[in-house]
Amino acid sequence: MADTAASTSRGPRGPKPKRIFSGTNILLYGILILVSLYYLVPLWVMIMTSLKTMPEIRIGNVFAPPVEITFQPWIQAWSQHCTGLVCKGLSPGFWNSVQILVPSVILSIVIASINGYALINWKFKGSEVFFVILMIGAFIPYQIMLYPMVIMLRELGVYGSLTGLVIVHTIFGMPILTLLFRNYFSSVPEELFKAARVDGAGFWGIYFRIMLPMALPIFVVAIILQVTGIWNDFLFGVVFISKAENYPMTVQLNNIVNSVQGIKEYNVNMAATLLTGLVPLVVYFLSGKLFVRGIAAGAVKG
Amino acid sequence: MSTSKYSVQIKDLDLAFGAVKVLNSLDLDIGEGEFLVLLGSSGCGKSTLLNCIAGLLEPTDGEIWIKGENVTWKEPSERGIGMVFQSYALYPQMTVEGNMSFGLKNARVPADEIKKRVARAAAVLQIEPLLQRKPGALSGGQRQRVAIGRALVRDVDVFLFDEPLSNLDAKLRADLRVEIKRLHQQLKNTMIYVTHDQVEAMTLADRIAIMKSGNIMQLSTPDEIYNRPQNKYVADFIGSPSMNFIGGDLERGTFKSGGIVLPMTGYQFAAPQVADRPATIGIRPEHVATGALVAAAPIKLDTVVDLVEPMGSDTLVWIKLGDMPFRVRMDGQARVHHGDHLTIGIDPSKASLFDTKTEVRL
Repeated sequence: MADTAASTSRGPRGPKPKRIFSGTNILLYGILILVSLYYLVPLWVMIMTSLKTMPEIRIGNVFAPPVEITFQPWIQAWSQHCTGLVCKGLSPGFWNSVQILVPSVILSIVIASINGYALINWKFKGSEVFFVILMIGAFIPYQIMLYPMVIMLRELGVYGSLTGLVIVHTIFGMPILTLLFRNYFSSVPEELFKAARVDGAGFWGIYFRIMLPMALPIFVVAIILQVTGIWNDFLFGVVFISKAENYPMTVQLNNIVNSVQGIKEYNVNMAATLLTGLVPLVVYFLSGKLFVRGIAAGAVKG
Repeated sequence: MSTSKYSVQIKDLDLAFGAVKVLNSLDLDIGEGEFLVLLGSSGCGKSTLLNCIAGLLEPTDGEIWIKGENVTWKEPSERGIGMVFQSYALYPQMTVEGNMSFGLKNARVPADEIKKRVARAAAVLQIEPLLQRKPGALSGGQRQRVAIGRALVRDVDVFLFDEPLSNLDAKLRADLRVEIKRLHQQLKNTMIYVTHDQVEAMTLADRIAIMKSGNIMQLSTPDEIYNRPQNKYVADFIGSPSMNFIGGDLERGTFKSGGIVLPMTGYQFAAPQVADRPATIGIRPEHVATGALVAAAPIKLDTVVDLVEPMGSDTLVWIKLGDMPFRVRMDGQARVHHGDHLTIGIDPSKASLFDTKTEVRL
């Protein structure tokens, strides 16, 4: 009798095992695989097309992999394709975009993070009104502000230049970024700020030594938002840049893909589009990991 | 004015948020090396007062003096205060050592001096093995010790504690309470301690200030507060289980309520002559004599037991006195049951008598 009691207590343990091919699993993964295929098919078509020669494309089978892989469309899209009389491909646009992107992202995030920090921790008379005004800015459609902005930039003497576009991106990013940082800093316990003041840290001391190191996850979020937003911007690039040599990459892509002259070079168009989309893609891949790590390490209170 | 026997002086301090008055012309003098506890229920203004002393809140009116110097408009770091918060408020990205030296670095203290002071404070608080850890890797008690250490290294005149033990579990709270008391014995600094826990207040304080809606209801030693509460609010607030109150009338030195007649012989009246008026008597459950002790009590009453709450160390017995429920504390071995007859003894010298209308002690 004692033996049987012991053997039952030594029996299988742990949670009840689940079958891999259960009905719910098949349904769940089936749907997931279908949906991801649905999203991946256009990417597949684009990559395959960009690696084919024009004669092969004309055969018509868009889903088929290239019989003969060629990187010529990529080279052409990057540095040789002609728009108008200039035959430099997308590369000047890429460097323009970089020159717009880097200062815009840094400037807007630096200012917005200080805004958010000051609005939460150093409340001044009218700080609430200031915040409300800033928020209204987030809800007004861009189109309304385009023309006044053009006049303002003209008066400042920076209309048409890359500097002008940097200013525009910094201003338009301000409401949403300030809101982002304000909300994040409001979740930091007030006593931490008080402790730092008792310890003799001032406005900048608390910002740089206490708040900034704790705010890394939200900085990553802000960088993702701004990099993708500014890189993908087309409207401001068209409106606020007057000279073709200053066009950002997106505008140049449009000029290549939508050119009405000559034959449509689908492989070059696909390569140009993929090249343009590369930067946000890289940012997502790199910062996604950082983002998760930042959140995991960001525990303030235990 | 550079020397003063007071460490901290609050002069006519007012604080209002819009129309809401949080502090109401407070005056408070805190002696050199004194341990003062600000005690009150939430919303009474005790933390607000502490924040004003720290310089984290600007008063609407009035002055704050520390060490004979008017600091009302000075920065927190220039006041010679150190503060310990309820949520510890440790900088999460810095090590324990970094947390403790942050204030000193801001004050541009030389590095070797910082090292010396951190080491000394760590030794006092027994946190030397934790110096290189981050706050996230510490327990609640350890974190609060580090927070105390952060105030300790700065060699301040006045320590401010804002409910430092409220986030800890009961056992740890009792341990750290003793440590704070020992720290005060050792350092002899002025300490101002905010809490809503009357046990903390009674055990730690030289003097207790009991606050209610922005006013100080009584400022005295724990003994005085417990034995001679100046008003009904304080009498009710201090003591667990709380005081029994019976409403009645005071007639020529005798308290009468329904069928109960209590001659107040031996009771120290606040004034030599007290006119007849409606009065409320307050008797602590532990001041009621039972069993063999009844014989020595000046007044004896026969009652019936209504309800018994055994609590291990002692037994709380609910009786009916007249029609009023009345609590009596008996020892843990007391074997009484519902319906039993119980003779109790009352000593008027240990009771408190209040004017029913003004609630002030008579």
